[in-house]
Amino acid sequence: MLLIHCPHCREDREEEEFHYSGEAHIVRPLEPENLSDEEWGDYLFFRKNPRGIHHEMWHHTAGCGRYFYATRNTVSYQILETYMVGEKPQHTADSAGASQ
Amino acid sequence: MPICRVFRYFWQSLSLLDLKMTVFFYPLRLANCSNSTHSQQLRRSTTMKRYSGFSLFKNALSYHENWQKIWRSPKPKSDYDVIVVGGGGHGLATAYYLAKVHGITNVAVIEKGYLGGGNTARNTTIIRSNYLWDEAAQLYELSLKLWEGLSQELNYNVMFSQRGVLNLGHNLQDMRDIERRVNANRLNGIDGEVVTPERVKEIAPLINISRDCRYPILGASWQPRGGTARHDAVAWGYARGADALGVDLIQETEVTGIRRKNGAVVGVETTQGFIGARKVACVTAGNSGVVAAMAGLRLPVESRPLQALVSEPVKPCLDTVVMSNAVHGYISQSDKGDLVIGAGVDGYNGYGQRGSFHVIEHTLQAICELFPAFSRVRMNRQWGGVVDTCPDACPIISKTSVDGLYFNCGWGTGGFKATPGSGYVFADTVANDRPHPLAAAFNIDRFNTGALIDEHGAAGVAH
Repeated sequence: MLLIHCPHCREDREEEEFHYSGEAHIVRPLEPENLSDEEWGDYLFFRKNPRGIHHEMWHHTAGCGRYFYATRNTVSYQILETYMVGEKPQHTADSAGASQ
Repeated sequence: MPICRVFRYFWQSLSLLDLKMTVFFYPLRLANCSNSTHSQQLRRSTTMKRYSGFSLFKNALSYHENWQKIWRSPKPKSDYDVIVVGGGGHGLATAYYLAKVHGITNVAVIEKGYLGGGNTARNTTIIRSNYLWDEAAQLYELSLKLWEGLSQELNYNVMFSQRGVLNLGHNLQDMRDIERRVNANRLNGIDGEVVTPERVKEIAPLINISRDCRYPILGASWQPRGGTARHDAVAWGYARGADALGVDLIQETEVTGIRRKNGAVVGVETTQGFIGARKVACVTAGNSGVVAAMAGLRLPVESRPLQALVSEPVKPCLDTVVMSNAVHGYISQSDKGDLVIGAGVDGYNGYGQRGSFHVIEHTLQAICELFPAFSRVRMNRQWGGVVDTCPDACPIISKTSVDGLYFNCGWGTGGFKATPGSGYVFADTVANDRPHPLAAAFNIDRFNTGALIDEHGAAGVAH
C-alpha cells in the first residue's frame, strides 16, 4: 500500500484514493492534424516505461479530484516527491543516478 | 499398511519427478504417435535419452541417481546465428522452433536469472483460446492446438489438462458480450457455448448461483478444450528439446547492451562479455522496455505488477477453471490440491515483482462471493510478476526499425496460454525476416496505423 502525498490537500493519503494516469510531462501536440502517423502514434501509445525513476501523473479521485505529478522509483516504489502540474521535478534519473 | 506406505511413497516421489502421467499414458500414446520424423530428428541430433516407462523402471534400479541432465550448461560461443534474449517459456519455445522447424541450431538463449524463473513461474497456468477478434483467436487457437500435442512433441509431460474454462457473466451486458464472443469463436472453429447458471453449478458444484448476492451469476461461456498446464514443465520441456537440437542455454548472464552497426544488429553485450549475432530476438516480457532502450527504441508497452496466490492444499473440490472479468478473480485447483487464484494488475507501472495488498483483498472478496465454502481456506503464498501491457491488450510480434532486431512482447496478463504459438510464429518471423501470417496483425506498426486489435473484452485482466 502506497502512501501518497497530495500536494493540493497537503496530506498523506492511501493509494486507493488515487488513480494512476500514466507518464507525466507528455505534451499534447498543438496541431494534431499536421502530425504524421508515426508522430501521432508515438504521442498516443509509446512510453519510456523506465526501470527506476519515473515521472508520472496521479489523480486524487476520492479526494480533491485534482491532478498532480509524482516522481517514483518503479523498482523500490519509493515516492521521491509529488509536485504540481506545471512544475519541474526536483529528482530526475540523472540526479538520483538510481536507474537500477 | 507398511506396503501401502511404501507404495504411496513411491507414488509421491514419482509425482515429484512429474513422471506419474508419463508412466501410465506414454506407452499408450507412443502407439498412436504419428510424428515419427520428429522422433527421428530428436534421436539423430543428440544423445538425449528419451523418457518412457522403461527408462523410469531402469532408473529406479539405480535409485534415480543416474538420470541424464536435462540440458547442458555450455560456455557461450563467440557468435551465433540467432540470440534469443530471455529464457522464459516464450523464449525457449522460440529457440526450440527455430531449431526444430527452421533448422537454425546455432542459437543461444541468454537468461539473466534461471530458465523459466520470471512470469513463466508466476502465472496461474490457464489455457484457453476464446478470444473475440479473428487475429487474436487464430493465434491463441494455434497455440491451443500445439498444447494438445505438446507432451508428445517434447517427450516431456507438461501436464496439460483440458478441464474446461468458465468465463462468468454477472449482468446483462456481460451476457451480451459472452454471446457475441462465443458466436465469434464458433465462426472461427473454436469450441464454446453459452451456459446457464444451472449448468455452471453442474460443472462447478461449489459455486454460488444464488440471485441474492451483489454480483449474481447470470450465465457463462464454457470452453471445454481450455484448461491448465504445469508452467515449469513447459519451460523445462522446451529447454530440453531446444538443448537436444543444439541450442545453447546460457543462464545467469544478463544482456546489458545491444551492439549495432549501420542500423543493423551485430550482437549483444552481456555480463560474460560481447557475443556476436546476426539476429537478436527479444522475449523479455516485463523488461521489454528496458531491453528496447538498449537499442534506442521505445515500445507501446507499460510494465505492471500482476499478483497471484495459492492456498494450502485441500482435497479435490474444483475440477475446472472459473474466471470472472467483472469481479476480477479467477481460480483453479492444482494437481497438488492448492487453490490457484489470480488477482488483477496494479494500477501503476512497477518492476517490483510484488503488488498492492488491496488488490488481493479485492480479488479474495470476489472469490469468497463466488465460492462461499472457500472463505475459511488459508492462503499459503502470494507473489507478483511484471507483465508488459499493451494499450489494446494484444501482443507485439514484430520486426523493428533496427535490422535483425525482433521483439515478442506485450503479452500482458495472459501470455502463458500462448507459449507454444508465440514461439512458433516468432521463430518463423525471425527465421524468414518477415512476419508469420498469423503474426502480421501483431506488428508494432499497428500503433501508428491505428489498426489495433481491442481484446480488452476477452483478455481484460482475467487469465
